[in-house]
Amino acid sequence: MAADFRSIAPREAPVRTEGAVPWLRRNLFADWKNALATVLLVALGVYALQRFGQWGVARAVFTPDADACQAARGIGACWGVVAEKWRFIIFGRYPFDQLWRPEIATALMLAVVVVSCIRRFWNVWLAAMWAVVLAAFFILMGGGVLGLDPVRTNLWGGLPLTVMLATLSIILAFPLAVLVALGRRSNLPAIRTVCILYIELIRGVPLISVLFMASFMFPLFMPQGMTIDVLVRVLVGITLFAAAYMAEIVRGGLQAIPNGQLEAADTLGLSYWQTQRKIVLPQALAMVVPSMMNNFISIFKDTSLVTIVSLYELTGALSLALNSDVDWRPFKIEAYFFIAAIYFVVCFAMSRYSLWIEAQLGASRAR
Amino acid sequence: MSDAIIEFDKVNKWYGDTFHVLRDIDLNVARGEKIVICGPSGSGKSTLIRCVNALEEYQEGRIVVDGIALTDDVKAVEAVRRKVGMVFQQFNLFPHLTVLENLTLAPMWVGHTSKKEAEERAMQQLERVRIAEQARKFPLQLSGGQQQRVAIARALCLTPKIMLFDEPTSALDPEMIKEVLDVIVELAGQGMTMLCVTHEMGFAKAVADRVVFMDQGQIVEQAAPHEFFDRPTNERTRDFLAKIIGH
Repeated sequence: MAADFRSIAPREAPVRTEGAVPWLRRNLFADWKNALATVLLVALGVYALQRFGQWGVARAVFTPDADACQAARGIGACWGVVAEKWRFIIFGRYPFDQLWRPEIATALMLAVVVVSCIRRFWNVWLAAMWAVVLAAFFILMGGGVLGLDPVRTNLWGGLPLTVMLATLSIILAFPLAVLVALGRRSNLPAIRTVCILYIELIRGVPLISVLFMASFMFPLFMPQGMTIDVLVRVLVGITLFAAAYMAEIVRGGLQAIPNGQLEAADTLGLSYWQTQRKIVLPQALAMVVPSMMNNFISIFKDTSLVTIVSLYELTGALSLALNSDVDWRPFKIEAYFFIAAIYFVVCFAMSRYSLWIEAQLGASRAR
Repeated sequence: MSDAIIEFDKVNKWYGDTFHVLRDIDLNVARGEKIVICGPSGSGKSTLIRCVNALEEYQEGRIVVDGIALTDDVKAVEAVRRKVGMVFQQFNLFPHLTVLENLTLAPMWVGHTSKKEAEERAMQQLERVRIAEQARKFPLQLSGGQQQRVAIARALCLTPKIMLFDEPTSALDPEMIKEVLDVIVELAGQGMTMLCVTHEMGFAKAVADRVVFMDQGQIVEQAAPHEFFDRPTNERTRDFLAKIIGH
C-alpha cells in the first residue's frame, strides 16, 4: 500500500575493482611492506635506467672516432666501435671486396628459414627451395664456379657462419634424434645398445671436446692425402652432439604416449613405421615443443664455441676484429652489446615461434 | 568343427614365470556367433580376447582364426588383424586426428583405398553409429559414449569378420551406456561374429548366443544365456551372479 512506502537510505557506491588505480592498489600497494618494496624497486629501476641512459645515450660517442671514444672512456659508451667494425664483426675475415656474397647468402638462408616457419608454405616446394638455397649459399660463399673467386672456408666467418652452422645442425640433428630416440626404445637389442651407447657417450663429454676431436683428432685417422674440410667436420660434430640431447627430449615424448594408442594402431593393422609416423610422433613431438625449442636456442648459441677450432663465427669474429686493433680494443663491451642484440633478436624470435606452435597444437586438442 | 571361425586349442599363457593367466583354454566360436565373456576381474577374460588378434602372445596350445594359425609369423598376425576389429575399454581414439581422420587412417594406409573412397565409407560407418554430424571434430570434444561409437565405426571401416569388444561400456558414465550398447546390439543383428567382455547382463541376455564364465584363467562354465542365468551349474558362477545381480 502507498502509505507503507518508505525509501531506503542510499548505499555507498561499491569500491571500483577494475581499471588502473584499483589494479595498482591491489598489486603494488596492498600494504605498507608491499608499498615499500614497490617504491624501492621503482627507485632502483629509475636510477639504473638513468645511469645507463647517461652512459649509453647522453654521453655516448656514436661516430667512429677513436680519439673521441678514448676521451669519453669511463663516462660514455663508444658506439662508434660498431659503426667502425660492424662489417668485420658480421662477416669475419671474408675478403672485404667480396662482401656482397655473404650478404646475399645470409639473406637467402634467413629468408628460407622464415618461410619454413609459415604454415602456408609447408609443401614439397619447400624442400626444393631448401635445396636451391643451400646450393646457392655454398656457391656464393665458396666461389670457384660461375666466375666467383674461390674463398677457402677458413675465411668464412661472422653471422653467415653462425646462421649456417645453427640451421644445418638443427635440420640434420632433428631427424637423427628421432631415429635414435625410436632406436633406444626398439625391441632389437643391437639397435637399442648402439643408440644408448651413442647418447651416453656424447652426453658424457662437453661440446668443446667434440669440436676438438672433429677438428684435430679426426684427421689423424684419415688415410694419407685425404682431407675433409674442417667446416664439414665441425658441422658433423655439432650435429651429432645436438642429436644426442634432442633424442632424449624426443624419448620423453615417446614415453608419454599411452600404450592403448599403440594397441589401437596394431589392431588397425598399421605397420611399425606407419604407427610411428602417423600416431606416435605427431603426438610425442607436439608434447616436447617447449624443450625442443629450448634445445634449438642453445644450439644456436653453442655455435660460438667453434671459435676454439679457428672458425670465426659472430663471437669469434668480434674478438678477431677488436684484438688486432689497439685503437678500438678498449671498447669490446659496446661491441658485445651489439652482438648480444643480434643473438637476442634471433633467440627471442625462436621462443615466440615456439609459443605460436604450441597455440596451434593446442587448438586441435581443445575441448 | 570346420565351421568354427575361432578355435582355441589347449591354450596356456603365463605372465612372467609365475602368473598363469590362461589355463587350458578350449573354445570354438562358430561363424556369426555372439559370445559374451564374463567373470571376476583378473580372471583372464580380456587376455583371452586379446589373444584373438595377437595383442597378447601365448606359450602353449593353438589358436586358429578363420583358417589362419596364429604363430610368431608376422604375416599370419597381419592377416588375422585384417579380419578382426577391436573396441577397447578406453576407446583409444587418436586424439590428434579428427573423427573422420581416425576412421580413414587405416583404410588409406593399410587398405590402400583413395582418400575420397575412404571418406565416403567412413561417413557411412559414422551414420551407422549415428554420429555423422561429429565427423570434423576432435575425439576429446566428444562425450565418452560418442567416442566409443566412433571407435566402433573405426573398427568397422576395415570390414572385419570378427569384432572384439573389451569391456566397451566400463569407462562410460551410466547414461551413456545404452547408446553404445544399442549400436552393438544393432551390429549383432547383422550377422557378424562377436566376442564381448562385459558385465552388462541385460545385454548378454539380449544378444549372446552363449555366455562364457571365466575364473582364475579357466573357462568354468559356458551355456546359452537363459540356461546360464537361470540354472548355473558351477558354484563359482552362482557366486559371481549373486554378486553382480544382487546389488
